[in-house]
Amino acid sequence: MTARISLRVVALGYLALLLVFPVAMVFARTFEKGVGAAWAAVTSPDALHALWLTILVAAISVTANTVFGIVCAIVLVRHRFRGRGLLNAVLDLPLAVSPVVVGLALFILYSRTAPVGGWLAEHGIRVIFSTPGIVLATMFVSLPFVVREVMPVLREIGTEQEQAASTLGASPFQTFWMVTLPAIRQGVAYGVVLTTARAIGEFGAVSVVSGRISGLTETMTVYVQDRFQNFDLVGCYAAAVVLALIAIATLLLTDLFKPKEEQ
Amino acid sequence: MSIAARNVSKKFKDFVALDDVCVEAPTGSLTALLGPSGGGKSTLLRVIAGLEQPDSGQVVISGEDKTGLPPQKRGVGFVFQHYAAFKHMTVFENVAFGLKIRKQPRGAINQKVYELLELVQLEGFAGRYPAQLSGGQRQRMALARALAIEPEVLLLDEPFGALDARVRQELRVWLRRLHEEMRVTTILVTHDQEEAMEVSDRIVVMNHGRVEQVGAPQELYEHPASEFVMGFIGPVNRLGQTFIRPHDIEIRLTPNGSTHEATVDHLIYLGFEVRAELTLKDGRNLWAQLRREEAKSLELESGKLVYVSVGHSRVFGRPAEEVHP
Repeated sequence: MTARISLRVVALGYLALLLVFPVAMVFARTFEKGVGAAWAAVTSPDALHALWLTILVAAISVTANTVFGIVCAIVLVRHRFRGRGLLNAVLDLPLAVSPVVVGLALFILYSRTAPVGGWLAEHGIRVIFSTPGIVLATMFVSLPFVVREVMPVLREIGTEQEQAASTLGASPFQTFWMVTLPAIRQGVAYGVVLTTARAIGEFGAVSVVSGRISGLTETMTVYVQDRFQNFDLVGCYAAAVVLALIAIATLLLTDLFKPKEEQ
Repeated sequence: MSIAARNVSKKFKDFVALDDVCVEAPTGSLTALLGPSGGGKSTLLRVIAGLEQPDSGQVVISGEDKTGLPPQKRGVGFVFQHYAAFKHMTVFENVAFGLKIRKQPRGAINQKVYELLELVQLEGFAGRYPAQLSGGQRQRMALARALAIEPEVLLLDEPFGALDARVRQELRVWLRRLHEEMRVTTILVTHDQEEAMEVSDRIVVMNHGRVEQVGAPQELYEHPASEFVMGFIGPVNRLGQTFIRPHDIEIRLTPNGSTHEATVDHLIYLGFEVRAELTLKDGRNLWAQLRREEAKSLELESGKLVYVSVGHSRVFGRPAEEVHP
């Protein structure tokens, strides 16, 4: 009995100390000087621009990585080809490589003095210190989540349902749309949540490629740091709370994807 | 509506799944592909459905060569051993799937689905999900789904293999009635000889990727072409090169010129049938099948000395002869 209770104390205490307490502190500090001050801080033009940029970047990265992730998972699970093992290993690279390194790599490749970046600049496309660079960096770091969530689900559902659909007259696309996708949607949804969380929270890579120009290339995380360094603590905490709220909202949204048959 | 597989061969790496197989299923027949697992029967069924491509050979359905066509263009109904139910769809949506693909009007779909649900005795289950059905119900749903597209031929891959013995028995009887009603050319894959004999009107016995024998159930039982067929269809005693059905062994209490002395080791009562396990004088074992009354009137018991005579036996590769144990 005592053993069970002490186990619980350890588990809950660990969570409280590492998760609940710090996050609660941020919330508390935000509203220390009243709701009005916090509201004013998050509705300042720079804050709003950072929020908008974060949402835009997240939307592009999540969409691209979801489509790519599903295709990639199907290829990895259902196809046998040379280099499959290598592709599988490379996919985890964004988890292993530090975001700062990712940012630096993009900088080397796309800055105006580099061949690729120079060529793009001649055609009027600016990558570094601009939105495309931020999107690339975010896509890179949030790439593996959908693939990794979808692969085990695909393996589990097997191919029989798809074969049944094809004998019933469904084309490969109809089979994917009507059978495979609904069957893996929970894995996709969870992958989307993780991708979104990663995309919204990314700091290191974005910090390197964005140039941190207030009101232009600052995402929410960079904005939080900017406020922190400028001793604008209310602005800093309020922006952090907005980030946390977006994350919580994303988590709640996945509940909509719970399979009907389990409700 | 007939099905023909001509000279079909298929290898999986080094494993020969089908070796120059020719099988025909005439219009309206219910043909069983019977054999041990790994014998190639499921592969043949999948080749007919287009789910596997043969290395060589032809698949002809209703006189048309369908070898190169993908499954969705073959007009076959396929039922899988593990149901392959669409788990995220209700029973209604499962059965309606093929009709929806064919862009049938909603009214026609409704009517057809409810007709089929009645046929497979799932009228009250339209709104349920597969997870809420028993195995037998799921398989009946899968059958309704396959029948919805009015397939030219119906292919059943071990359809009752995952079900328990009682449900399997019920569904066999039900399937035979359904077939008599609908007369869709059907091929059933099974490793259960009793199932094949009970349900089908023709049996194709397959082993090691080849066809061993084709015939009506009774024909195969009475005139097996090979040792393998005799052993696979019905129980058999083997004494050297000689094969004897257990019911062809007669037990007597007194010897005559052609009987052999034996001891009763063990008696197994299976209701109407009694099995007597025997040891001959030279130490070889065999078993005999008797009716309950016979066993009673002979007062059989373990350890009793009896005399056996063999009515009919087969020696393969040589003409049939009497056994001389």
